[in-house]
Amino acid sequence: MAELQLKSWRFRAEREQDWRRLETLLNKAETQGVERLKRDELLELPLLYRQALSSLSVARSISLDQSLTAYLETLCTRAYFFVYGARTRWPQRVARFFVRDWPASIQALWRETVVSFLLMAVGTVAAYVLVLRDAGWFFSFVDPELAGGRDPMATTASLRETLYDKPDAADGLGAFATFLFTHNAQVALFAFALGFLLCLPTAALMLMTGGMLGAFVALFASRGLVAEEIGWLMIHGTTELFAIVIAGAAGFSIGWAVAFPGARSRVDAAAEAGRRAATAMAGVVCMLAVAGVLEGFARQLVTNDIARYAIAGVMLAGWLAYFYWPRTKVPA
Amino acid sequence: MTAVGKPLQAAKPAKARKPPREPFDGWRELVTPEGVDLRLRVGTYAERGLALLLDFLIITGVLGVLTIVLLIVAFATRVTWMNEVVAIVWLLGMFLGRNFYFFWFEARQRAATPGKRAMGLRVITADGGALTADAVFARNAMREVEVFLPLTFFLAQGEGVDAALVGLGAIWGGVLVLFPLFNRDRRRLGDLAAGTMVVKQPKVRLQSDLADTERTASSGIAFTGPQLDAYGIKELHVLEDVIRVGDRKAMTEVAARIRAKIGWDGGDIADRTFLNAYYAALRARLESRLLFGRRRKDKFDVD
Repeated sequence: MAELQLKSWRFRAEREQDWRRLETLLNKAETQGVERLKRDELLELPLLYRQALSSLSVARSISLDQSLTAYLETLCTRAYFFVYGARTRWPQRVARFFVRDWPASIQALWRETVVSFLLMAVGTVAAYVLVLRDAGWFFSFVDPELAGGRDPMATTASLRETLYDKPDAADGLGAFATFLFTHNAQVALFAFALGFLLCLPTAALMLMTGGMLGAFVALFASRGLVAEEIGWLMIHGTTELFAIVIAGAAGFSIGWAVAFPGARSRVDAAAEAGRRAATAMAGVVCMLAVAGVLEGFARQLVTNDIARYAIAGVMLAGWLAYFYWPRTKVPA
Repeated sequence: MTAVGKPLQAAKPAKARKPPREPFDGWRELVTPEGVDLRLRVGTYAERGLALLLDFLIITGVLGVLTIVLLIVAFATRVTWMNEVVAIVWLLGMFLGRNFYFFWFEARQRAATPGKRAMGLRVITADGGALTADAVFARNAMREVEVFLPLTFFLAQGEGVDAALVGLGAIWGGVLVLFPLFNRDRRRLGDLAAGTMVVKQPKVRLQSDLADTERTASSGIAFTGPQLDAYGIKELHVLEDVIRVGDRKAMTEVAARIRAKIGWDGGDIADRTFLNAYYAALRARLESRLLFGRRRKDKFDVD
């Protein structure tokens, strides 16, 4: 009776075993991880994938069984993403990030970094001049909650105290550092995401951050405490402000790509800029973790001005060397 | 499932106007390096919304349990340094949950968070290439402006000028939230910034072949040529769905319709047997004509 069988029926009967085998292997890879696949299985998978793919195109042209084509379509899609997808190995991926990707992404953002830095500097200078002339401007730049009593109404003595306030014990510093890190990282991610909206919100955010900085410096300068205050700020500030500048730069690069995509299509330009900026942003989160530790621990424990300046300088030099030290290009 | 992938557009002469784009039918073409179009279905708004809701529920659930456990630990131990540990774990948990839950799951092999997996969705790159960690990071960092910024505007309150500003902000935020409604592949801002999109990847089981002709032939039912020419491929697929679902009432109705249409006089047989036999015979006929290059779309497609 064999001649009575449909061609599509025989076609399926002959290949079904292989499809099922491919499905089993994919299930195994997805639930237990690629590492659990044996060597033969890894070699077998692409072959089975190509076989399934050719089955799919045959099935589309000879079979009218729609459940069969639907099955083959999902099977091939799953296998496609396995065969051609990123096979990320996390230890290597993380290592490559620190050795190559992170500095490379920062170097690629150098123009945006300069712009971002200049905006922050403009904000700082403007706020400094305004607050120095009229202390009433102070609260235009600084949120009273953030000021925490460090405002124009405070006495010089109490201001000095805030700079050298040494806690009785190291209690609570860890929690404080964690709070600073999570808060700052959230703000940085926000600045980055805002960049997509054609740069302007990020620019405003950079100006405002600079403004806050300038207002504080002006406040302490009016009491003759400027050198001490800068030491207090910069011990973590070189790391933290640098990170914020980069977050702004990452945001700018996306906004700029969306607004002025050049020869590429807007969508492609945005995707390319977004991925590069994302690498820089992952780095920013790392920097802010370092800054949080410096701010939470080092600033409270180190009260010597020279030591504070030394730490600030070493950190800045370290970051600059790490990011901008020329390296040989390795093909990706 | 009647949707068909869009055919590749032939190369046009350079000066010709761009043809108007076909209306979006919810499907997207993805041609593998082997030259086969995989025809992916783009995730719908409802599926993606539900997936996001599920993920938020999971995050808040886990963080809530974490908070309760930490509080119990803090009260039970009553050691001062324990409070600090509790605070650190809580702060980090909140931060990681908010920012890295999505990254962690989408950067893995399945490219889907538990919510997406439940809805049968996965993230792919728009060009079909490998989904890299930086793309996943970018698409999820954008959630800050897509979800949390509008949320702040909607929850913010103010008076006078502030109220007007908040209102404007809410409208602006609304545009960001509703962005996927205004583009072809239902991509959100994060998808654009990362070059990704979300497609449906359902689990489909291989069902048995209904055209087991040996079985139907042994039941002794035969159809004449004109009887089999009554229908085309579209009707065959509807018939397949009816048989697979197996609803008795629907089968009776369909069987009656077919009997009337083809003028069946082969006696009284059970509806299921009749439908099975007719399906197998019709498919055999349509497939053999397909091999000769004639694809009969539906019953109105007569030569």
